[in-house]
Amino acid sequence: MTDNTIDQPEDRVPKRVIGTPPPSEAILKEEPAHKPEALLGVKLQDPESARKAERVVALLFAIAFLAGVGFIASYVIFQVGTLEKTSASNFALGGTLTLALLALAAGITTWVRRIMPKYSMIQERHPMASDSETRESVKETFLAGANESGFVKYKLLRRTLLLAAAPLGLAPIVLLRDLGPLPGTKLRHTVWGEPTKNGKPRRLITEGTGQPIRAADFNSPGGILSVVPEGHEHDLNALAKATLILLKFRPEELKSGTNLNWTHDGIVAYSKICTHVGCPAALYEQTTHHILCPCHQSTFDAADGAKVVFGPAARPLPQLPIGIDEEGYLVAKADFNVPVGPSFWERGDAEKEAREKAEKA
Amino acid sequence: MIGTGRSVKPITARRRHPLARFAVVALALGLLGGGYALAAPNGSTADAAVASGKADDVAKGKDLFVAHCASCHGLNAEGTKSGPTLVGVGAAAVDFQVSSGRMPAADPGAQAPRKPLDEWATPEAIDQLAAYVQSLGGGPTRPTAEQVDPAKGDPAKGGELFRANCIQCHNFVGAGGALTYGKYAPPLHESSPTQIYEAMATGPQAMPVFNDSVITPEQKRDMIAYITSVRGQVDPGGAGLGRIGPVTEGLVGWVVGISLLVLAAIWITAKKRQAH
Repeated sequence: MTDNTIDQPEDRVPKRVIGTPPPSEAILKEEPAHKPEALLGVKLQDPESARKAERVVALLFAIAFLAGVGFIASYVIFQVGTLEKTSASNFALGGTLTLALLALAAGITTWVRRIMPKYSMIQERHPMASDSETRESVKETFLAGANESGFVKYKLLRRTLLLAAAPLGLAPIVLLRDLGPLPGTKLRHTVWGEPTKNGKPRRLITEGTGQPIRAADFNSPGGILSVVPEGHEHDLNALAKATLILLKFRPEELKSGTNLNWTHDGIVAYSKICTHVGCPAALYEQTTHHILCPCHQSTFDAADGAKVVFGPAARPLPQLPIGIDEEGYLVAKADFNVPVGPSFWERGDAEKEAREKAEKA
Repeated sequence: MIGTGRSVKPITARRRHPLARFAVVALALGLLGGGYALAAPNGSTADAAVASGKADDVAKGKDLFVAHCASCHGLNAEGTKSGPTLVGVGAAAVDFQVSSGRMPAADPGAQAPRKPLDEWATPEAIDQLAAYVQSLGGGPTRPTAEQVDPAKGDPAKGGELFRANCIQCHNFVGAGGALTYGKYAPPLHESSPTQIYEAMATGPQAMPVFNDSVITPEQKRDMIAYITSVRGQVDPGGAGLGRIGPVTEGLVGWVVGISLLVLAAIWITAKKRQAH
């Protein structure tokens, strides 16, 4: 029991004060040898380990040098031009530059960690506020300055200065006008309701082929087409609101939510713009008649007026009244009776208004 | 006058014969039947199959049908609770489903997946099965080799149509995507040109139909050209990451990229363990 101190728990061993001899010789011998500390809180690195680290750092710096030379060389060797050549050039330049910077950074970090001495530094906290004397002095200086400037004394000077500053303060508010013009009723209408050049009803056009659709051709139940308005096939501003999906049903599949007066022989047209945030909702399952929006999984029952069966959308996809012209092509009979797409500030309950309008008529 | 009278007289006399009405009806029926047989669309009825010498295929197809399909689709393809009727689905639907291994279905899940073919499902057996189902009530027929030759299609035009009608489910390079209640749009990487054509023409499972009068066979061929041409495209970034766009790319960027940055920050700032 001569070595009693070792068996004791650590917290019971008195903290060793620097400069005093260790509590027992045995503990000192177990510790690896290191240099005595020159300054309080400063630890010098072990010279042997530092010498090893020097070689590692030198190797990393050499790699950085070679990669840097490689970068310059790649710039000369790999000429751009074709897609493949440009790709090779990019790869070589990016790769060598990455390697050079990475090796340089790793070298410097290793240098700091393994060669430079370690410091334990303490930064003391001080109160943020200045002392009362300083504050008093600043206050006096400020008031003296204000009085000397005549800001209080000369009324006209003061008021004209405020007057001069006022328009400059208002200017940013005026510039907000550039966010406009206000949409007006644009969000409530689509080109389906606008008159065509020849005065005939606007035809439905297959997106991609640019062909009008004969009702008799679109005759396979379970069919779907993406449809754009005639005359606006590539007008993106118009298409953002007017794009449709056209679906063909067996007559017995349609339920009460669908307005049958707006269909033609089991063909129904819905807005393709999701009523949630306006993504193109066109994933269609012909077995379940689900229309799915890819953005947030809103699901609509196409056989039942596109009512929402799942997801964040709050309203059904608006249905477009369609019919056929004298040549048998599908045409729009009117515009949508409610605004298409997502909600907007002044939209109100457009569905209710449309219902009341229909009841009056 | 007498001569002509003599020649007309026997017919006039026989017109009143008790059996004459039966003879006229038999003649009319014969003409009608023969005319219909000539005018009817080729291959749409069992009779036509017999006439064109495919009766053997139909008979063998029926045997195959009874052995492999009838448990769900009914002995006469009339449909049961576990499988729809196949009357009128056409040879194209049979070829698509059986040649891609989707049918016979392994289990009644949300969707029948593509799988390796059973041993019996040789091209010849599929021909016979298709002939039998086609004989039941017509439907879309299989395309010719020329109709699905990607080399003859225009991938640019096809791409436009593909983007308008297909990418919402199948993704812009045909990588597929999820639908509702466990259903999904399969990737198109393994589909043969014929299968792509047949899928558009028949609308298998949840997929809508794109019939020939709306999307013409030429336009279908353009789309096949697009789908097959994007398969061979090189991914500029080196790895396609499933080619499903910013989702995987972002995930890899965040997980791999930020992990590396965090590790580097830990390495730079960590205190080296000092010996006391």
